[in-house]
Amino acid sequence: MEQDNTKLDAILNSYRDKKGILIPMLQAVQNELGFLSKNTMKYVADFMQIPAAEIFGVATFYSMFRLKQQGKHIVRVCKGTACHVSDADGIKAALIDALNLPKGENTTADMMFTLVEVACLGCCSLAPVIMIDDMTFGKLVPEAIPAILDKFRF
Amino acid sequence: MSEVTVKVGLASCGMAAGAMDVYRVLEEYLKASPKPVKLMQTACIGMCFEEPIVEFNGSILGQMHLGKASPANIVQILEDYMEGIAPQENVILAEKLDGRHNALLQNQQRIVLRNCGVIDPKSLSDYEEKGGYKALKKALTMDREEIIAEIKASGLRGRGGAGFSTGLKWSFAAKAASDKKYVVCNADEGDPGAFMDRSALEGDPHNVIEGMIIGAYAMGADEGYIYCRAEYPMAIEHLKIAIAAAEAKGYLGKNILGTSYCFELHIKEGAGAFVCGEETALMQSIEGKRGMPIIRPPFPAESGLWGKPTNINNVETWANIAWIMINGAEAFHAFGTEKSPGTKVFALAGKIAGSGLIEVPMGIPIRDIIYKVGGGMKTDKPFKAVQMGGPSGGCIPAELIDTIVDYDSITATGAIMGSGGMVVMDTNSCMVDIARYFLNFTQNESCGKCTFCRIGTRRMLEILTRITEGKGKLEDIDTLQELSENIIKGSLCGLGQTAPNPVLTTLRYFKDEYIAHIVDKHCTAGVCTALLKFTIDPDKCIGCTACARKCPVNCISGTVKHPHVIDESKCIKCGACQKACKFDAVIKV
Repeated sequence: MEQDNTKLDAILNSYRDKKGILIPMLQAVQNELGFLSKNTMKYVADFMQIPAAEIFGVATFYSMFRLKQQGKHIVRVCKGTACHVSDADGIKAALIDALNLPKGENTTADMMFTLVEVACLGCCSLAPVIMIDDMTFGKLVPEAIPAILDKFRF
Repeated sequence: MSEVTVKVGLASCGMAAGAMDVYRVLEEYLKASPKPVKLMQTACIGMCFEEPIVEFNGSILGQMHLGKASPANIVQILEDYMEGIAPQENVILAEKLDGRHNALLQNQQRIVLRNCGVIDPKSLSDYEEKGGYKALKKALTMDREEIIAEIKASGLRGRGGAGFSTGLKWSFAAKAASDKKYVVCNADEGDPGAFMDRSALEGDPHNVIEGMIIGAYAMGADEGYIYCRAEYPMAIEHLKIAIAAAEAKGYLGKNILGTSYCFELHIKEGAGAFVCGEETALMQSIEGKRGMPIIRPPFPAESGLWGKPTNINNVETWANIAWIMINGAEAFHAFGTEKSPGTKVFALAGKIAGSGLIEVPMGIPIRDIIYKVGGGMKTDKPFKAVQMGGPSGGCIPAELIDTIVDYDSITATGAIMGSGGMVVMDTNSCMVDIARYFLNFTQNESCGKCTFCRIGTRRMLEILTRITEGKGKLEDIDTLQELSENIIKGSLCGLGQTAPNPVLTTLRYFKDEYIAHIVDKHCTAGVCTALLKFTIDPDKCIGCTACARKCPVNCISGTVKHPHVIDESKCIKCGACQKACKFDAVIKV
């Protein structure tokens, strides 16, 4: 715990006395720790001397903030309009199938992958599209999914 | 031999198509055997459907763009090109050869995208060579009122979708008396199916920055923010590089180009909330709060960021400014219509052959966009509708294909110009499903502040879902209409006020499809799974048992070498049997 806070303090201190910093600060904290736990949010609240509820309000409002531990790789399945008309649902079903995700869960049991839906990745002409970490894969068919995921299983 | 240049398009779309592999192969080849070849990077020329795209220049073949480039043969193509031997296939644009798409670009007019896919977006000198920052130099010698008058005269209207006069908007912020003012660039491109701003920022970031500096100078602002959605990492990276380069060269920062004018520019990353594209919500988000819209007036021009006068424009609006300052308001009027001068960038996607980014003069008919610029339909199914304006827009049906593209004509159809997403649909798209899709989106993205938007969109989504499941009632259509009116009246911001548009336009033009879903329990497009029925054609079925083995609920029975039968009461309509059948014996009705 001690070690975690040193890292956290370094991030928080780098934003000291700047205006409108809550969102970028939480993004930096999340990048370091992987997600925003209750304790982290309380710690940030104490640092900023604002109510923890305000932090929680911001963290729950924006879809990028994660309140739970995530898998090693984030799989984003695009649900944009172009992807929707190009069978994004079939791609999502193939991902759920290949990742063997139980109903209602979005992280695999081995903490390797977390599956999330995103509104649009902006690569509409390559629809349907998924993004794993920073890599985008386009013009997909459900059959191609297992092989793509295998590249990340290490 | 003169130097040959090779440019690889490395924007997000190119990268997703594997352009980096092509670039690396070329890089390694040139390292191993040095040649008079200059290898360069550029962004997106707009023809995303042909990515990865490589441009060659400098041999006797002249300029040549190669599409669908592959690391397997790119070195051979380069060697041939240097010898003057043209590739046999995939030449998409060429001066002296038959390029597959030579005609497509002729119907375009590039102002905003003039440098995209041409220059290296990470290079300030590339931008300067194309006349970059000349507009700023000119503006700094002009009176502030003069600049605003020029923008007003150009007739430029806000490209974010609302179409408000940019010059007029600037004049409000300019008139506001304050010791501190802000300008903001709205790059929170959230409409699904739209990627104009991403490409403009990835491909020519300095053009947007120059527009912002000119605007800030004209309005007397000394600080600016670019609010960019975090889903666009490359746009953010290119902006950071561009801002640093512009600061180093004295275009940004203290005492710009030796004058007394100072302007500081920051990037703010969004955190994933569609409503933050609305200007008051966007400002709340920059201040570090939940991005919820606030009531107007006061308008941002009087009281915006931290209570100070603020002017917000969209990426594409800012990207027009430098061009107008150099070429003049009159030149801008040479394109487009009287009330909507200039050009508009559209992201073409869906069932169209030439999906990608286009820039066309305002006033062009939708028919020309689809069949001339976009190369026609991708499938052999006929054109059914085009969706414009994303979740705030609507579907324009085939019978209105001759509608011209300007703010007023598009609004008259019930859709909106929007920021520029155009999703083309064929008869395989179900209009009720599309309406449900968008309502699902707005319902998710509603910030929850206004009751009608928060609960009304949810009720509409429930009704639409019911209809797509074959459980709809005819009264549902009236309820949808009534809810729509109330949501429009009872919402504070554009998200709620436009959320019913996808439903209203589909009801207006495709009411028979709603009725078919409700009364006949039939989905003509074959999209709504609950209304589908899978059967096996006994004449085609050879009894190979492939379908029965694939069926997850074991509802297909039959013996080997005899036609199989699907038990409809158990069938979950997953379609696995149809995919498994090699004899087209499984039919979807």
